[in-house]
Formats: sequence, C-alpha cells, structure tokens
Amino acid sequence: MSMYFTKEHEWVKVKEGIGAVGISEHAAHELGDITFVELPKMGAVVKQFAMLGSIESVKAASDIFAPVSGTVVKVNEALETAPEIVNESAEDAGWMAWIEIADESELENLMTQGQYDDYLKTL
Amino acid sequence: MNDQLQATPICGRHRDLNALMAPFGGWDMPIQYEGIIAEHSWCRTQAALFDICHMGEFLFQGDFEASGLEDVFTFSVKTIPLGRSRYGFLLNEQGGIIDDLIVFRLAEDKVMIVVNAATAPKDFAAITARLHGGEFSDITAATGKLDLQGPLSRYVMVELLGEEIAAIPYFKFITMNILGVEAIVSRTGYTGELGYEIFIPAEKVCELWDLLLTDERVKPAGLGARDVLRLEVGYSLYGSDIDEDTTPLEAGLEGFVNFDKSFIGKEALLRMKQQGVPRKKVAFEVNGRRSPRHHYELCFEGETVGAVTSGVFSPMLGRGIGIGFVKPELTSLGTPLTIRHERVSMEATVCELPFFRDGSVRS
Repeated sequence: MSMYFTKEHEWVKVKEGIGAVGISEHAAHELGDITFVELPKMGAVVKQFAMLGSIESVKAASDIFAPVSGTVVKVNEALETAPEIVNESAEDAGWMAWIEIADESELENLMTQGQYDDYLKTL
Repeated sequence: MNDQLQATPICGRHRDLNALMAPFGGWDMPIQYEGIIAEHSWCRTQAALFDICHMGEFLFQGDFEASGLEDVFTFSVKTIPLGRSRYGFLLNEQGGIIDDLIVFRLAEDKVMIVVNAATAPKDFAAITARLHGGEFSDITAATGKLDLQGPLSRYVMVELLGEEIAAIPYFKFITMNILGVEAIVSRTGYTGELGYEIFIPAEKVCELWDLLLTDERVKPAGLGARDVLRLEVGYSLYGSDIDEDTTPLEAGLEGFVNFDKSFIGKEALLRMKQQGVPRKKVAFEVNGRRSPRHHYELCFEGETVGAVTSGVFSPMLGRGIGIGFVKPELTSLGTPLTIRHERVSMEATVCELPFFRDGSVRS
C-alpha cells in the first residue's frame, strides 16, 4: 500500500482505488491536543486540495484539504466523540475518511514518504 | 517599545523540560510541557506548578490616605486587614480598566500590589502619577513568583515548606521562611482549585521550583493550561476580556467596586450606571465540541450582536465554552446565540458563571 502526503500535511493511503485520508503525525503534534474533528459528509464529492473538513485543538483551528479528488465513501465516526485518537495515532487509527479516488494520476501531485520527510526538514 | 523578550529565572528549566515557549506580555513563557489537557487535568486532580515570575509586583510604604493611595483603586486599601489581600481595579477617567490587580496588606503602612505582566509599566506610571507621598517601588525583577494549584497542593506545601501553611484561609497570606529567605505564601490563584501563590526573592525561585518538583504529586503546567483553567471558572483575562475600553460594570465585576469611597473613574461609572451599560459580559456554552475563539462574532437571530473575548474547549464540560460582550438584553440565561467566524458556525446558549463549579478552591 502506498502512502502520499500533501504540503498541508494530509496523507492518503491508496488500496484498490480507495484512499484512506488523515493528517500527518507532524501536523497532529503541531496542533497539540485535538478537541474536535469536522468530518466530511458521506457521499460528498471532493476536489483535490479543496476543503474536506476541519480540525480544532486547544491552540488552533485549521482546515483539512482533500489529497485526492473523489467521493467520500466512509467516515471515521469514532473521532466525533474521541478526537484525541488523532493525537494518539494520526497515521493509522486517526484516519478521517475513505475517498473513492476519481483519478489516480493526481497522486503525482503528492509527495512520497521520503519526499515528505525531506519537506519537513525545510520547515 | 522594547521588543526584547524578558526571561524569568526559571527559563532554563523550561528549556530542559522541552517546553513549548511563546511570548506573553513581553516575556518568553512556557505554554505547555507534556500537553495542555494533561496539565489541566493534573491541576484539577493533583498539584500543578506554574512559573508566574512575569507578573509585576510593586511595593508601597507610607500613609495610605495622605499619599492618595486610598483613592487609587476601586476598593479601599486601608480597610484590608493585615495578612489579607483584595482584588479590584485601577481605572482611567472614563471608568475603563487600566488593570485588574490584587493588593496584599503587609503591614500597617505597607502593601504589595500584584499586577499583570503586560500592563506593569503603565500601571506603575498611572499609580505614580496619582501618589503625592510615600515610597513606591517596582520590585518585579527582584521578586520570584510560583503558583502551586490543585487539590493536593496543601499536602505538598505543608510537607515541603511548613506546617503553618495548613491553616491559611482563602485570600489570606502569611510571611514565612523558605530556603532561608523571607517569602509570602498566599491562598490565592487563577485556577478554581485549592492553591497557593508564593512570592520569594528571585535568586531563590529556581531552587524552590526544583524543591516543589521533587514531590511526585507535582508537575509543571504552562500558560496554555492556565488559560483553560481560569476560563472554566469564569475569571477574566486582562487584554482579552477586559481592557481600557471596558468598565467593571460592563464586565459584570461591579462587586469589586466600592462606590462608598472616591477613586478615579467613579463619576464615569456612576453615569454609566444611571444611563445603563451599552454592552455586558455574557457566558455561553457551545452545543458541541467546537471552540469559540477571541474575535469570533456573536449573533442573535441572524444579526451580529457582539464578539467573543475568550473561548476554549472545556475538558471538564466536554464542550466549547466562552465569554463575550453583547447588548444587555441578550444576556438572559438560555438566550440562544450563534457564533460565527468565516465558514465556522456553532450554536451556543447563554449560561451562568462559573462553567465549572466543583473546584477545590475553598476546601
């Protein structure tokens, strides 16, 4: 399974045309204690790099952007009552939505794990 | 303005603990160590240690009435009993709040005035301008201040510093020997929990910090947790909720204004009382986990009616809470308000203060 990252610190893990989407461990750490996650609606059609949802911590509120275009086919409802899961496991249990990817060629606009790690060093 | 950040004597310790540091009131201060919610929770259940050396301390010695000190604040200084402290305001001519502060009655003719860090220079200038006698000095740099707050703070203080601390009632203080120097231990704080503010000479404050942290019931907490703690119990933050354009009447703090004495700003306040306040502080709970934040709009029936001045996610209530200012007729309990900012919108309901009522502050 391949994992890709955006400059805004979202990730997408792709398997059989479905992308699981979340925010990176780096982003979760920077936000601090996460207190609220606004999930996208089931069935919502999203465009790459357009708003997917939002996330709030004690310190700040920020938007989450879709790493790929497609249709939201599943959301992580556990985050509605336990958003701290994102702090505990940002790149696994803290996933936010599954997107049925409209166009896999868009993945070329994203960074691989290695590229993202290099990118973090420049921040 | 001097842009150089000041550092407290504990600064090195914060860096050793890998604290996240940020500027606050002109000082380089710790915002969090392990995390704001963990530190908040530690304070509500154990004992949290805060570096509060940034706050300002002034000393006045002289005749309170002849010097004019008695007329400087919204409360009487001469009637504060020895060993007690009193909270209130320094106002401008328009009744706006120059600062909120606490005066400690140290002796028959001596008080210590504890003020906010960011406002300390203007406070000192304003008080100086109103005095015509007595000795008035700024002892901020020479004074260290640590707050130990939480339901277990009394046990820790008694075991580490002395038995005499056990009997200090709320808003009273004692002078005692700590680490070989004279220190003030006051039963006051900014968290809604049982707790103490300790004033000790700056050269000893780091040693006291280390000593208190030897107790496993004590953990350091930063200004992030302190802000959540104070808002849960409805305390105002100077610069956010109150400022020079806000009067104590608007801020719902009339209880700290004594109209039986003279003070600068009194005429303006009396006029405002007669004409009615144009806006009033309101507290509200959000229907959900979103946080209201400073400057978000408060709306009623589709119209903007005011702004949020403080807001946060309350770990104790499990929802967003906040305070702000609106027209007085919209402050009745149960009034529905909508909070808006860009594309964010949340429903809230006007409620009573404090939001969190079960703190150990008076236990």
